[in-house]
Amino acid sequence: MNNLSAAAKKRIYAKEEVCIGCRLCEIYCIAAHSQYRDNLIKTFKKLTKRPLPRIVVEEEKPVSFGLQCRHCDEPECVKACITGAMHKDTETGIVTNDIERCIGCWTCILACPYGVIKRDYQNKKIASKCDLCMESNMEPACVKNCPNEALYIKASS
Amino acid sequence: MSFSLLTPEFIVERNDERCIRCQVCVRQCANLVHMYDQEEDRIVADDSKCVNCHRCVALCPTRALTIRRNPLEFKENANWTTSAIREIYKQAETGGILLTGMGNDRPYPVYWDHMLLNASQVTNPSIDPLREPMELKTMLGRKPEVLNVEDGKVKEKLPPQLKLEIPVMFSAMSFGSISFNTCQALAMAASEAGVMYNTGEGGLHKDLRKYGKNTIVQVASGRFGVDVDYLQAGAAIEIKIGQGAKPGIGGHLPGEKVMAEISQTRMIPIGSDAISPAPHHDIYSIEDLRQLIYSLKEATDYQKPVSVKIAAVHNVAAICSGIARAGADIIAIDGFRGGTGAAPLRIRDNVGIPIEFALAAVDTRLREEGIRNQVSLVCAGGIRNSADIIKAIALGADAVYIGQAALIAIGCHMCQKCYTGKCNWGIATQDPNLVKRLNPEIAARRLINLLHAWTHEMKEMLGGMGINAIESLKGNRLMLRGIGLTSRELDILGIKAAGE
Amino acid sequence: MLRYEGKIRIPSGCAISGIMNKKGQPFPGDDIIKSIALMHDRSNGLGGGFAAYGIYPEYKDLYAIHMFYDHEGAKADVEMFLNQHFKIELSERIPTRKVSSIKNPPIIWRYFAFPRGDKLAEAGLDESEYVVRCVMRINSDFEGAFVVSSGKNMGAFKAVGYPEDVGDFYMLDTYRAYIWTAHGRFPTNTPGWWGGAHPFTLLDWSVVHNGEISSYDANRRWLEMFGYKCTLQTDTEAITYMFDLLIRRHRLPLEIALTAMAAPLWDEIERMEPEQQELMISIRAVYGSALINGPFSIILGCKNGIIALNDRIKLRPLTAATKGDFVFIASEESAIRTVCPRPDAVWTPMGGEPVIALLEGVEDI
Repeated sequence: MNNLSAAAKKRIYAKEEVCIGCRLCEIYCIAAHSQYRDNLIKTFKKLTKRPLPRIVVEEEKPVSFGLQCRHCDEPECVKACITGAMHKDTETGIVTNDIERCIGCWTCILACPYGVIKRDYQNKKIASKCDLCMESNMEPACVKNCPNEALYIKASS
Repeated sequence: MSFSLLTPEFIVERNDERCIRCQVCVRQCANLVHMYDQEEDRIVADDSKCVNCHRCVALCPTRALTIRRNPLEFKENANWTTSAIREIYKQAETGGILLTGMGNDRPYPVYWDHMLLNASQVTNPSIDPLREPMELKTMLGRKPEVLNVEDGKVKEKLPPQLKLEIPVMFSAMSFGSISFNTCQALAMAASEAGVMYNTGEGGLHKDLRKYGKNTIVQVASGRFGVDVDYLQAGAAIEIKIGQGAKPGIGGHLPGEKVMAEISQTRMIPIGSDAISPAPHHDIYSIEDLRQLIYSLKEATDYQKPVSVKIAAVHNVAAICSGIARAGADIIAIDGFRGGTGAAPLRIRDNVGIPIEFALAAVDTRLREEGIRNQVSLVCAGGIRNSADIIKAIALGADAVYIGQAALIAIGCHMCQKCYTGKCNWGIATQDPNLVKRLNPEIAARRLINLLHAWTHEMKEMLGGMGINAIESLKGNRLMLRGIGLTSRELDILGIKAAGE
Repeated sequence: MLRYEGKIRIPSGCAISGIMNKKGQPFPGDDIIKSIALMHDRSNGLGGGFAAYGIYPEYKDLYAIHMFYDHEGAKADVEMFLNQHFKIELSERIPTRKVSSIKNPPIIWRYFAFPRGDKLAEAGLDESEYVVRCVMRINSDFEGAFVVSSGKNMGAFKAVGYPEDVGDFYMLDTYRAYIWTAHGRFPTNTPGWWGGAHPFTLLDWSVVHNGEISSYDANRRWLEMFGYKCTLQTDTEAITYMFDLLIRRHRLPLEIALTAMAAPLWDEIERMEPEQQELMISIRAVYGSALINGPFSIILGCKNGIIALNDRIKLRPLTAATKGDFVFIASEESAIRTVCPRPDAVWTPMGGEPVIALLEGVEDI
């Protein structure tokens, strides 16, 4: 298996019992998907149009956890997509949205049972969702920067 | 009273060029120092609420924050120092006892820092712990004076012993004073490192019973959570008479912290204050102590060593002699720098004596009476690093307890506000939002790392002295030399001056 | 100002040698002198000495008390004390010959004596404990007096000087013993004091020792709990008392006592059979303070034989050999071969592994 697929069998899991609701995952997610990558200050100070966080901390105190795309085995969003932009990689199982083909109809948002696809008004009318940071081929930014190890990535069973 | 004379103790400095308004600080401060002003799109701080715990500083992703001591000064006065004045303002405004947390922070001499260790040169070789065996294993418990051996076999079994891989244990810290996650981290680390942690007086949570082999269960004056199952759940039992941070004072866990889990563990109603009386009301004398020691031994079929923990007070040597003769297997002495979750400030800062003196005096006294080997001595109260441990053992300790050092390892920043229950690090709190912040797995890993690091350092120091087993250091005061001490102090410590 | 033993702790390196006839046949001191002389460079002329067993057959039931006195006053005081506590059969100067390198000898005296019955009964102690207490008392309370040895049918002979000169000085060629041990000393920061030379003795225990034990103060403070007074502050003194405590007073079998002093490592103990393991754990728990740590090789002499022991990681040399009825032990093999060129067997004991040589027909030390 190549690197990509080895990493791709992995999924991000949340440990709600140690999520502290700091939302650093969201902040690092934004930066990771911006043109400035890991530079938080530039991402937030220079960009007026920032990417949306693709992970969102759901919170009802004291319960909180970071939620992002589950990369479902049978993704409703892929079924619902009218242009074929939303697709599941057959090898890695990662669900990604091809922004070139996305027309911003947002049917995927309606279909997603987890509410993890967002409308991205600022940057074109497309759907924004977790890509497991596959592009950077790094440990996902949210996992790497969680101060309490409340997010972790491991091979899905 | 709405108007206060108390000015902020600290100032929160925010570098606006770095602040990205992510509001992590806002979400993390349990003292509500930081606030996001939406209209101005900036974060502002209420300095007066800041306790300087560094939670916001540590979590700020752009390092935009610093906390400084408020530079505001009173007119210089060697007698009426800033703290002396502020304490009066506080009391004038509240009418209450001043409370504090952790150990004595006054600038009394730290005698560990006035003792230097020996190393071998020429006349005997130092030992390299990377290449030669170096043994730190320690056994705590009563030892007979003579071993009876017949036909190559032990005639009488040893009394029960605690086996420690290294001579370090985690001090008594109760569930209540610290969070469940902290208790769990201590238990996990003790279990992994082959040492002991101590439940403190708050009982033993049912989920932690599986760590029993590495648990010392404490029996204190409030008897919280004590029943026969509890006594049998641990590897040893400790009777807590006193605590270095507050000798002569009991504990008080306010009712609002007594939620379901604590109520169940302590065996008291939800919401009721958990008050440990100052003395045990069944121990008004040494002979009463003997009765409790033997009651506990009876209850556990003489299978567990019984420890007695006292605060280091003026007459500590004689008291310990009495405790040894009363049947204790282990004596733990807690010096005046010992930590606490809550203590009256005046008591913490003014009662008790340094552990270095107490330990030396007790070890000397027990030897003079020829009973030193009957008991193990555990030294506690402000042990900061592996060198302190080595020095304590050379003075005469069998092992040490670490409390504050362990908490620092898992995030404590010594803000001394444990008693408020708002510990931003999830340690000294029962607030479920805050407790979550201490991930027991991370904390246990950090504790194990600390013990691991200290193990290496202790081995290096031992090897340097030409010693390859910790028992050869015990009471080996020739390995110590005093520096900057009066001859009286040297006498009490039983050591020579550097150069002698 | 330089200070003597007892005022300050003095580490030293050394040479040791021991020869024994297992049948108990006495032989003169020439060989032991020759053996220790070969290791001349292991000493620096600041101390040498010998212990000899079987040298006083005509007084074999009496305690032979060898003494050093700095001055006549000390002698008078101690003799008054001895007369109160012992019946003295013979009191005499220990014969010496003039040797140019041996200077400033103290008054060297010996007494053959036995405890006074009434005093012994009054003390309520067994005889050997009574003698030990008297020895401790003299060494700690009488200024200028030092008990060199106090056993029966044995004696220690020591001085400041190279050991071969010391042997010559005491005319050891004229004595015949079935066990000889010898010591050449290399103290590191002292002018050398006659009392501080080795062997160190108590009753019929004698110890010659090469090394500097790093556990000294742990051992000393433990011994002092049992009433020993380590007045000399030397390793050898502490080791001697250790043998006395473990074997005579605690009645530990010899091999258990030796195990306590050079205990197996915890790693080794973990691999032992349960029964053996329990024994070892118990020894280490109870006698942790008897563990001798740091480099040492020692030869313990007593009326029944000699025992040699190394520290458990062998930081000092020790070699043993046998030839017929003779057992040889020395710091260096050459020191054996110089008196026994073709031994039947020669070996280097492992760290912590004792060499036990007992007289024939003797079961225990």
